Amino acid sequence: MRDKYKRIPIPVRYLINALLCAAFLVIVQSFISGGSISRYQSGILVQIGVYIIMAVSLNIATGYLGQLPLGHAGFMSIGGYSCAIFMMRLADKMGVETADLLIPGLIFGGCVTALFGLIIGIPALRLKGDYLAIVTLGFAEIIRVFMLNIDSLLGFKFTGGAGGLTGIPRYSNFLNVFISVILVCFFVHTMMKSRHGRAILAIRDNEIAAEASGVNISYYKTLAFVISAFFAGIGGGLYAGSIGVMDPTKFGFMESIEILVMVVLGGMGSMLGSISAATVITVVNQVLTSLSEYRMVIYALLLIVVMMFRPKGLFGTYDFSLSHVMERLFNRDFPKRKSKGARK
Amino acid sequence: MIFFQQLLNGLQLGSIYALVALGYTMVYGIILLLNFAHGDIIMVGAYVSWVVMSRLQLGPITAVFASVLMCTLLGVVIEKVAYAPLRSAPRLSLLITAIGVSYFLENGAQLIFGADGKNMNAIFSIPNLTIGSVTLSSTALVTLAVTIVAMIGLLMLVHKTKMGKAMRAVSEDMGAAQLMGISVNATISFTFAIGSLLAGIGSVLYSNIYQMATPTMGSMLGLKAFVAAVLGGIGSIPGAMIGGFAVGFIETFVSAAKIGQQSLSVWRDAVVFAILIIVLVVKPTGIMGHKVREKV
Amino acid sequence: MKKFFALLIVVAMALAITACSSSDSGEAGTNGGGVNGQSENGGSIKVGLLAPLTGDVAQYGLSVASGAELYIKEINEAGGINGKTIEVIKYDEQGDATEAVNNYYRLVDDGVVGIIGDVTSAPTVAVAQASVEDNMPMVTASATDPSVISYGSNFFQACLNDPYQGTTMAKFAANELGVTSVATIYNTGDDYSIGCNDAFVEQCNELDVQVLSQEGYADGDVDFNAQLTSIIASGAQAIFCPNYYQDDGMIVTQARTLGFTGSILGVDGWTNTHEYTDPENLYDCYFCTSFAIIDDEKINEFVDAYRAENDKDPGNFEALGYDAAMVLLNGIKAAEDAGLEAGTDDYKQAVIDGIANGTVAGVTGEISYDGTGAPTKSIMIVSLDSGSPEFYMNY
Repeated sequence: MRDKYKRIPIPVRYLINALLCAAFLVIVQSFISGGSISRYQSGILVQIGVYIIMAVSLNIATGYLGQLPLGHAGFMSIGGYSCAIFMMRLADKMGVETADLLIPGLIFGGCVTALFGLIIGIPALRLKGDYLAIVTLGFAEIIRVFMLNIDSLLGFKFTGGAGGLTGIPRYSNFLNVFISVILVCFFVHTMMKSRHGRAILAIRDNEIAAEASGVNISYYKTLAFVISAFFAGIGGGLYAGSIGVMDPTKFGFMESIEILVMVVLGGMGSMLGSISAATVITVVNQVLTSLSEYRMVIYALLLIVVMMFRPKGLFGTYDFSLSHVMERLFNRDFPKRKSKGARK
Repeated sequence: MIFFQQLLNGLQLGSIYALVALGYTMVYGIILLLNFAHGDIIMVGAYVSWVVMSRLQLGPITAVFASVLMCTLLGVVIEKVAYAPLRSAPRLSLLITAIGVSYFLENGAQLIFGADGKNMNAIFSIPNLTIGSVTLSSTALVTLAVTIVAMIGLLMLVHKTKMGKAMRAVSEDMGAAQLMGISVNATISFTFAIGSLLAGIGSVLYSNIYQMATPTMGSMLGLKAFVAAVLGGIGSIPGAMIGGFAVGFIETFVSAAKIGQQSLSVWRDAVVFAILIIVLVVKPTGIMGHKVREKV
Repeated sequence: MKKFFALLIVVAMALAITACSSSDSGEAGTNGGGVNGQSENGGSIKVGLLAPLTGDVAQYGLSVASGAELYIKEINEAGGINGKTIEVIKYDEQGDATEAVNNYYRLVDDGVVGIIGDVTSAPTVAVAQASVEDNMPMVTASATDPSVISYGSNFFQACLNDPYQGTTMAKFAANELGVTSVATIYNTGDDYSIGCNDAFVEQCNELDVQVLSQEGYADGDVDFNAQLTSIIASGAQAIFCPNYYQDDGMIVTQARTLGFTGSILGVDGWTNTHEYTDPENLYDCYFCTSFAIIDDEKINEFVDAYRAENDKDPGNFEALGYDAAMVLLNGIKAAEDAGLEAGTDDYKQAVIDGIANGTVAGVTGEISYDGTGAPTKSIMIVSLDSGSPEFYMNY
């Protein structure tokens, strides 16, 4: 489509963003090595990164696909356990540093989680709305019970049971978490802009119409669900490496809800929303420690109020685009972008 | 004999689930909302009992009335404040709101009463019956009797009264019911009131058996009851009853079962949820779903 | 692609906020012990306190914190350590391992010389692993998991660990009660319960006491009827129930309702069990603990001071918190006496050595360490026969 406006060519857009990310990475990394960012603060940055991945991955299923899985913490725990166990065992066998196995470990964790996503997704996605929610919730509970009790069934130490999987080398740091966040966001973004992404959005907007237009509903639903699980697994793997302990009790219903709160508050279908909500909530939790008693009550109220007054979340489906802003600057009479919210 | 005793344990547990499941079924049947907060209404009821009995030192009768009344009111208020404004909103929003309400009640209770459980005396203490070597817990019998009476009452209400007819009409087609001169809002409020009333009765029986109130007691109870409702066929009153007892029995027998030296009790929740998933996949309408396809 | 910049801005924003927050976090935290502000004469020593103050396990964290703060307040009123007051920086870790590690680093940033914490097992293990890197002196009041002291020599327990308690109760059942068959019911979601249970069963096997049945239950369960019915049918003479008081109360009630008349045995999580069941159910109930409100000069003093401060009776967690503070401050005193400068590696090592070599007379007994982070101290058996805890015997 040719128009009279000056456009930024796509490769240049990619380049600008890549450079900005790299610059940011270098600056923060130099702060960390220079000591201006303390370990506490870099720990928080890592945590923000993990929750960004969790929120963005849940957003695929909730925001883009329009389903409500309530077992995201279950996926997180599968990813964390499988990644950590894989890395620890393999590092032992091969006699290398655990941290060197991060990439295969994360991919392994992601794949195992994706496999579980597939197992639960195929039956669950035949069901609608509330049923899907309750099935995924039940599934996460089953996962939790397994992680707690699998050792006594196997007869040897595998997940560590109630004491948790301890002694995980702390392989996550700002550098690898930040790169993972970038890669996850990049992948999700390009996927959603592709044919497959549009098919997924079409299912959300109107399942019957999408089917009538030749979209293979079950295939795309499962695809979105599995990808969501895959990235949740990666988030879980990074989580395990940031704390050093996998505690099965952490990954209950509450954790799933906390991730859901991030997605819902940020805006269902907005990556910007998920990213900023994950960031703001993690930071607010740290800043308002004195209010921590009220924190949960406030979240609950926020959830209700947002649903009442802004059912699509704070950002709705809006996503920020630097290129778009720049194009606006170049062209005085640039037309306002059509709101994506107009979809429905 | 031990089998009989376990049967009774299952009946007692199942009665509670059945009562709660009835509330779920009523609400789900009429506005297709999985009311996550239903279990937490029971939690509030238990705290009311505790406040009345242990704090205000008022008698058990007052406690029963106070908690049933409080639960009923709470249910109606939640419906009016949180759910009614979203009547035309997408189901997803409604479900998230329900989660929000549940979350709010749990954390609110924790804020007010603390995370530590509150212990109270049994509301009514009747001596146990002993027949041979079996001790029949009288509370189990009371619970069972109340649940059966509640179900019969509910069936009568839905099938024999004008309000019941209105409820069935609204669940069938909200728009058409309105055109026929039925006040949809009043009917939905009434349904919530009845559902929460059952939750209130459930909370009294629960407090009587377990004598404990904790902020999170409602969440698992609510989920299990929902499983029961789905198992029995959501929307069906006898289904909720059957599902409740089924879940109660499954839990009790899994807890009691053993493979060699290993007790299976830790797998109980996993078994219950696995059954839910299987039921939903194989026969999403549940046990009673097809035959009695009457939505309350 | 476009979202990259969004991401960038947001993370930058986050950074800005974290940076801001850290600058004032010092004040935010120090309101803990109510003992700050008077640091003019001789300066002050910063001590960290890490505990869950909100969330599901807040009751344990609040108890430990109130005990520890009481001791520190007493020390400050008595003039502090060598004229320096103790300043408590208290952070809430919400019972979550992530928050525990975050707040541990925050305490390190704040410049504490030692930390009292953490409270529950998983977060404590996470912090223990992290603290080894810094060789930070840490004393946990209540994490009984033996693995918490396995990561480094900087970590100490003020409480007796799970295996010791389980073993003690098995010996008590066999030797004092003359029990020949037992059954256990324990929380399989809790490391503490599992640890006690395993040790108990092992010791029973050694003592030729028959373990007829081991029943597990899940965290948050309230209905134990099925398991108890199996236990009663097995004909066990005693039930070992190594859990926290809330569950124990319900188990006792339900066991008695089902007609069980034998002994019920517990461990130190039982301290408040008598508040969670009817007194008439508590006949033949015993538990081991290192603290109970019994008539003893030292304990009376502590109980009176605690009541004056908190308007309620202290339990096991409060007493252990009090002793954990005592253990840590004892180590700090050694470092201060040596005239070392706070914050240096030598200072930390001196605190650790001071703890390891010192002996303190705590309210939960005399605490010393013989080369590991696990204390050697006495344990007593408490009877609930009368409906409230009474000293039964030392063991």
